[in-house]
Amino acid sequence: MIESPVADNEIEAVNAMTPALAAIRRVTWETDDTFTLLIDPPLMNGRPFSFRPGQFNMVYAFGLGESAISISSDPAKSNSLAHTIHRVGTVTSALSRLRRGDTIGLRGPFGTAWPLEEAVGKDVCIAAGGIGLAPLRPVIYTLISRRKEFGRIVILYGARSPLDLLYRVELEEWSKVPNTEVIITVDRGDSSWKGHIGVVTALFSYIKMDSPSTIAMVCGPEIMMKYTYEELERRGLSQEQIYISMERNMKCGVGLCGHCQFGPRFICKDGPVFRLPQVRHLLDKKEI
Amino acid sequence: MTSAFRMNPDGLQRLLALLQQMDYETIGPTMSGDAITYDRIASISDLPVGWTDEQAPGIYRLVRGDDREYFGYTLPAQSWKRFLYPPFRKLFSIKKNGKSLELDEAESGTAKYAFIGVRACELSAISIQDKVFNLGEYRDDNYLSLRKKIFVVAVNCSHAGDNCFCTSMKTGPGAKHDFDIALTEILKEGDHYFIAEAGTEAGSAIIEMIGPGKATDDEIAAADNVVRETAAHITKSMDTRGLPELLADNLEHSQWEDVAKRCLTCGNCTMVCPTCFCSTVEDATDLSGQVAERFRRWDSCFTMDFAKVSGGNFRISPKSRYRQWLTHKLSSWVDQFGVSGCVGCGRCIAWCPVGIDLTAEVKAIRGTSVKQEKEV
Ligand SMILES: Cc1cc2nc3c(=O)[nH]c(=O)nc-3n(C[C@H](O)[C@H](O)[C@H](O)COP(=O)(O)OP(=O)(O)OC[C@H]3O[C@@H](n4cnc5c(N)ncnc54)[C@H](O)[C@@H]3O)c2cc1C
Ligand code: SF4
Ligand code: SF4
Repeated sequence: MIESPVADNEIEAVNAMTPALAAIRRVTWETDDTFTLLIDPPLMNGRPFSFRPGQFNMVYAFGLGESAISISSDPAKSNSLAHTIHRVGTVTSALSRLRRGDTIGLRGPFGTAWPLEEAVGKDVCIAAGGIGLAPLRPVIYTLISRRKEFGRIVILYGARSPLDLLYRVELEEWSKVPNTEVIITVDRGDSSWKGHIGVVTALFSYIKMDSPSTIAMVCGPEIMMKYTYEELERRGLSQEQIYISMERNMKCGVGLCGHCQFGPRFICKDGPVFRLPQVRHLLDKKEI
Repeated sequence: MTSAFRMNPDGLQRLLALLQQMDYETIGPTMSGDAITYDRIASISDLPVGWTDEQAPGIYRLVRGDDREYFGYTLPAQSWKRFLYPPFRKLFSIKKNGKSLELDEAESGTAKYAFIGVRACELSAISIQDKVFNLGEYRDDNYLSLRKKIFVVAVNCSHAGDNCFCTSMKTGPGAKHDFDIALTEILKEGDHYFIAEAGTEAGSAIIEMIGPGKATDDEIAAADNVVRETAAHITKSMDTRGLPELLADNLEHSQWEDVAKRCLTCGNCTMVCPTCFCSTVEDATDLSGQVAERFRRWDSCFTMDFAKVSGGNFRISPKSRYRQWLTHKLSSWVDQFGVSGCVGCGRCIAWCPVGIDLTAEVKAIRGTSVKQEKEV
């Protein structure tokens, strides 16, 4: 009756709140409390699942709810989809009890992606803390498979302890790729640990950066990201060269529930990956 | 007014009956305990005839008005929001079948509503929610499927409430857009009639069926005058010049601490606001553990868990939660949707148990905004 908010021919409805069902192909425990679900990618609204590095899914555990979980697999491999999950509470614990053949619900992929195309021809600095390596793994896969298109690649990674390191075999492989450096640090070492001890930002003193031509991608706890971008700025990177991925409470993942607001931004759809100037002024304020 | 018609109260009854014949569920203002609410109405005798409301910060009270008047109140407690965007709605149910799951998506709303008595500010609120629920790639299908079908009978305001500031927000008191039919109720020297104006073809078709006569120039002038008089009696105002920037620049203003001392973080303001749209989801399983359901429920940025994540809570202090609400309404809403999130209906002022008045908070911040504070 009233000028309709939606033209009828446009109503090829994307009902963002209904999950697609997907079967678990394999569960791999990365550490004591973090595991990777390898999933048969379902059709999403009738289309094959595809995503860009940095995007996430809302992962549904039967009867208990959903969690926003980044996609940690290789975007070039369309026949498998992986989520690496840190068991911290209700939903992630339920997901941790799943076995091969069990079914989960998936909505997605949602959100913005890491700036891969912008990084072409430039050096790339990746800095990850803890589970923050998971959303960056699809970027690393892509950088390596398209190795010639990028300059030097530096991967800085910090975990609580040697036993908390994710993707240990892959970290080793990545460090062997030409012109690629992987530097790891832990908060607390153990008797067998011969590597660095301390925060991720301390690793910057071991690398040389061609600041004007570097793109930095940072993901980890907010405090780690803050120290990291401050350090990057000190080393001459402009805010425009720095990207971070943020976390907030999310119920819908598509900008309808209001929970993830950060000033004018919806972390779910304007992020989670932001170019630093989009959010920097608000990160310095408390309780935004 | 392009073509206006004069309609007697029995014409209003005909309008209701016609809409019902066309399978509309007719919703309008009606008495419910000590308040007027929007609910199903069968005939015009369900309207709050002879009642008006007194509203002030923290106050809503019904008092007798002109015995004949159908629309003599300003605004009911709840808005139309709960019809287009239900407070609680099932999203899907899901059943275990061995290792696999079977999902049954809840159907989108099929109700066909005719809203009777929509105020000008509420028309704006609906058009704001249109933007919220239909922005970008994803949209709320349930909202849109209900929204597409509504028939809107607007009624211009004849009484200015003490909490109203639609003139500041440029949303009222006269209906200008997004209605099928707009009515103005006129009580004059023993005469009682409505001036009806169509806003859509569907609206004019129905007016034709009711068959009222053309309004005279005097009658049209009387209707214009009702709206003009109401506008003249609005006392509350909010200075909206540069308001989004003002609030964005004053996130650390001391007024946030001040209002936090009064605010109970009850969330009433968000529930009654016709544009607030935040929601959460709830999951439940039956006793066998074989069948689960998922629901969406209205939520409020004032609740303790709203910004909780597993590692902590981003908004613990009442200060941060009130600030989130007000800056969202009046500042970041503009960045997100290109319009203010406030239409000036004053509901949040009336239904705040401690009478917090957003216009007063804005005034206090404007009076001592950062730049001026620095000069002190
Ligand atoms: C974009 C994005 C990407 C992410 N990627 C990953 C990833 O790749 N891997 C990973 O491990 N984690 C990731 N996370 C974090 C992950 O979403 C959370 O750790 C997870 O949701 C925790 O869920 P939980 O139920 O196990 O934890 P809980 O601590 O039980 O619950 C956390 C969630 O439930 C809500 N909640 C908690 N208590 C209550 C309560 N009492 N009432 C109401 N609500 C409550 C919180 O608000 C929060 O939404 C990501 C988060 C975001 C936003
Ligand atoms: S913020 Fe208050 S005055 Fe503005 S639209 Fe919402 S309830 Fe009405
Ligand atoms: S402003 Fe008033 S209505 Fe809103 S949360 Fe605070 S006390 Fe409740």
